[in-house]
Amino acid sequence: MLDSTPREIIARTGAVINPAKTCQPIGAMYAALGIHRCLPHSHGSQGCCAYHRSHLTRHFREPVMASTSSFTEGASVFGGSANLKTAIKNVFTLYNPDVIAVHTTCLSETIGDDIPSIIKSAAIPPGKMVIHANTPSYQGSHVTGFSNMTKGMVNYLAEASLENKREQVNILPGFLNPGDMREIKRLTALMGVPFIMFPDTSGSLDSPMSGQFNMFPKGGARVEAIRDSGNSSLTLALGEYAASDPAYQLERKCLVPAVVLRTPIGIQATDALIMALRQHFVAEVPDEIEEERGQLVDIMTDLHYHFHGKKVAIFGDPDIVASLTEMVLSLGMKPVHLLTGTPNTSLGGAQGNFEATVTAMLEDAGLAGRVKAGGDLFELHQWIKNEPVDLLIGNTYGKYIARAEDIPLVRVGFPILDRGVHSYLPVVGYRGALRLMEMIDNALQDRVDRDARDEDLELIM
Amino acid sequence: MLNHNTLDEILNKYPAKEKRNRKKHILIKNITQENQEIEANTRTIPGIISSRGCAFAGCKGVVLGPLKDVVNIVHGPIGCGYYAWLTRRNKGVSKAPMKNFLPYCVSTDMQESDIVFGGEKKLARTIDEVVQIFQPQAITISATCPVGLIGDDIQAVARSAREKYGINVTAYSCEGYKGVSQSAGHHIANNGLTEHVIGAGDMEEAPQKYTVNILGEYNIGGDGWVIKKMLEELGYHIQAVMTGDGSFEELSNAHVAELNLVQCHRSINYIASMLEVKYGTPWLKINFIGIRSTVEALRSLALYFGERELIERTEDYITRELARIEPQLLPYRRICAGKTAFCYVGGSRGHHYQGLYEELGIETILAGYVFAHRDDYEGRQVIPNIKSDSDSKNIPDLHVAPDENRFRLKLSPERAAELKDKIALSTYAGMIQDMKDGSVIVDDLNHFETEELIRILKPDIFSSGIKDKYVVQKMGIPSKQLHNYDYSGPYAGFEGALNFARDVAMSFASPTWNYIEPPWAHRPLLEGTLVKGDMENA
Ligand code: SF4
Ligand code: SF4
Repeated sequence: MLDSTPREIIARTGAVINPAKTCQPIGAMYAALGIHRCLPHSHGSQGCCAYHRSHLTRHFREPVMASTSSFTEGASVFGGSANLKTAIKNVFTLYNPDVIAVHTTCLSETIGDDIPSIIKSAAIPPGKMVIHANTPSYQGSHVTGFSNMTKGMVNYLAEASLENKREQVNILPGFLNPGDMREIKRLTALMGVPFIMFPDTSGSLDSPMSGQFNMFPKGGARVEAIRDSGNSSLTLALGEYAASDPAYQLERKCLVPAVVLRTPIGIQATDALIMALRQHFVAEVPDEIEEERGQLVDIMTDLHYHFHGKKVAIFGDPDIVASLTEMVLSLGMKPVHLLTGTPNTSLGGAQGNFEATVTAMLEDAGLAGRVKAGGDLFELHQWIKNEPVDLLIGNTYGKYIARAEDIPLVRVGFPILDRGVHSYLPVVGYRGALRLMEMIDNALQDRVDRDARDEDLELIM
Repeated sequence: MLNHNTLDEILNKYPAKEKRNRKKHILIKNITQENQEIEANTRTIPGIISSRGCAFAGCKGVVLGPLKDVVNIVHGPIGCGYYAWLTRRNKGVSKAPMKNFLPYCVSTDMQESDIVFGGEKKLARTIDEVVQIFQPQAITISATCPVGLIGDDIQAVARSAREKYGINVTAYSCEGYKGVSQSAGHHIANNGLTEHVIGAGDMEEAPQKYTVNILGEYNIGGDGWVIKKMLEELGYHIQAVMTGDGSFEELSNAHVAELNLVQCHRSINYIASMLEVKYGTPWLKINFIGIRSTVEALRSLALYFGERELIERTEDYITRELARIEPQLLPYRRICAGKTAFCYVGGSRGHHYQGLYEELGIETILAGYVFAHRDDYEGRQVIPNIKSDSDSKNIPDLHVAPDENRFRLKLSPERAAELKDKIALSTYAGMIQDMKDGSVIVDDLNHFETEELIRILKPDIFSSGIKDKYVVQKMGIPSKQLHNYDYSGPYAGFEGALNFARDVAMSFASPTWNYIEPPWAHRPLLEGTLVKGDMENA
């Protein structure tokens, strides 16, 4: 497996080999599916849309509906305005969504189609709306696309219509699974704080089997709610890369103060979320949450010897990798290779600083490790060849490295294409941390069992 | 059954212009009518949710991607290359593991500055790095949408890399906006392989008797391996498979074969025709999906070479295999009998799987292709009548001439004429002729029509791809993906038929369908204490 990957690392300035990121539009499409009765629309050639739908479908095992402007050579030369207008007309006639969320592709960006003016001149039925985000894939990554579409929601929908802000919080969850979004909502509800989450794909990409297909399932943030987000007294952006930019946009547009937190994976990041809600809204932390947290700490201490000192490589989306790093550090593990495909900073993208954030975590723990943004899996594999690890955490593409180097893989992040259920169950919050611990523990202990000689096989571990 | 009135009711929901358009892509088979026409390979309507992909997907994803010892560089922003990476199940094993590049995705990951200032330099650097790291014998470069627009000359970059490294470097201008679907990309890849790869090898003669190539077989789920094993057992030598588990070396010597077998007509018919002109090699349309089709393919192949001993060996083999397979199929047939299917796939499987479904007792009541042309529906005789339009015109036709040294007529004109009555020599009859009276044929079936037609025709199983799969399953109807086989297979040949039967039967027999309705759905909340008034109202 991956036999052509040499140990020796040469600096590359041309080829990306085995990427750890994909392009903006898929993130924008996913975000748009987090608005109730919204149809994402890909403005470009139809191939991108087909790829994005296929890929999201494989990860969620759910229908992913989206339309496209289906550019031909003519549209590529003369601009896609006519295509977009035809598409808008057809989409409203045939599928009747409340909102069409247009994102661009490399092609329409290169041509320079002016989406807002096309939308202005399109025939939009009364009560319906078309929003948009620019998502050129030659900037940032799929995470940037998610952030940009969320920002589009702020631009088009959020309004500060009240004199005084309401005691309610906006939660921008970032590029997470529906199961995670549910869990964050559950915790916020337990804290007794009224909230608006957008985008919100719970109930939209984890819809139940009913014997009927609904093009627009029950879930998704309501347009009225996103509008009302301009009246909230606080926005919590969960994740620098996937959520901070729209949160700051909302701050500029509607004067809602924005606080950027880490994706609440692991005990520290979850504590930070709970504390932010507690302090801002003067809300007591209920027993239920305190109990969940206590259970987590209980298991962390009980099992610390399964984890302590184990070397880990983690790759994936920057917000997720940062939180996972913090989490494995809290277990006494040694994260030595930390990589995201998303560039550290990019034009038109969410502004984060993955490398600084993660390096600081390692320094605090007195560790040294390789940290890279804008990297690829070819390089990660080479790092592992040079400094082996006990565990790999990342998406499905990690399985090739895991096999080549015979290391256990714990699947976390996007995309997971070869296992099911992951999108329904959380990795966020105290419960999510418990689940992650179980996944990591199983992977490590299964390996110990597999490698044990007969006489060393332990009944109790 | 669908009649013209119900069809019209469906179509009336379209805006008028779209209705006129879609009407020409839908046909109800009528056996009393000869030469029923269907429109195909025309533009997808913006905003109408279709399953089609782009030329890049057809070129890099379908035709070039499966070549295992070739490094396929995708020149463009990251997405296109990323999505075409390992997603198609074209399996491959290399004798030298260091030369199996299938698990690698190489992209130039164009950034803003490359779009503004041009990406040629970055592409050249990428080639340098690929050569340094992988030392391949061949490299392909596939362009994605922005490349054509910004005017990168990828052909020139390929040329200078050929000179610099002395290896085979080819470039494919398969930008996603070319043509109207994947089909354009097949054509572009066929042109490049014919011009620069096939014939680049130095073999002059077929290495042994009965040497054939298999074209349009991509080894999804290992289909190609089943076919290869079967043919080798019968004494054939497979020179090259295009392109499943294919290698550069074999492909570059594909000109020596005595015959080209064509599995997927749509994606590879250009190569088949061009090799006939250039090297005098006829092609034979076969279908290794389904038991009867496999039998027919083996018989046609034996007949082509015409030697008695080969024909007898083939018959023995068929008898043996049928005796082995048929009894094992019985339990699956019992589960499948009397059921109906929609079969909407690609550019040839929409046709290929109908026979196999029938062998399980399942009737195909609707079929269609995502990106086929009229000849795949109506047969190759319509090719001269197909109107070209501005979309098809932007795909260059490669005109080849007989190769001065290597052209060799493999069949005398008399023998060819004689064979043409018996086997599908250099021709394809298309899907429609095989379909039952009253069945429905839809080109580029879209989401809206899918929902409507399922409502009316109520199929028991729906065959298509990943984008429709869960839509259909939400309706409580099993979906069998025929692009990726739901990660199962192989489905080709006798062995494959059995696998397919098992999988399809499983999708009907799975107990999971039984739980859709919760137990409280039809049971009153309060029961057992009916009062008199309720009785009277009931
Ligand atoms: S349509 Fe263009 S940009 Fe989209 S996937 Fe195809 S080649 Fe890439
Ligand atoms: S052309 Fe751009 S938007 Fe489309 S798939 Fe490729 S990278 Fe993504």
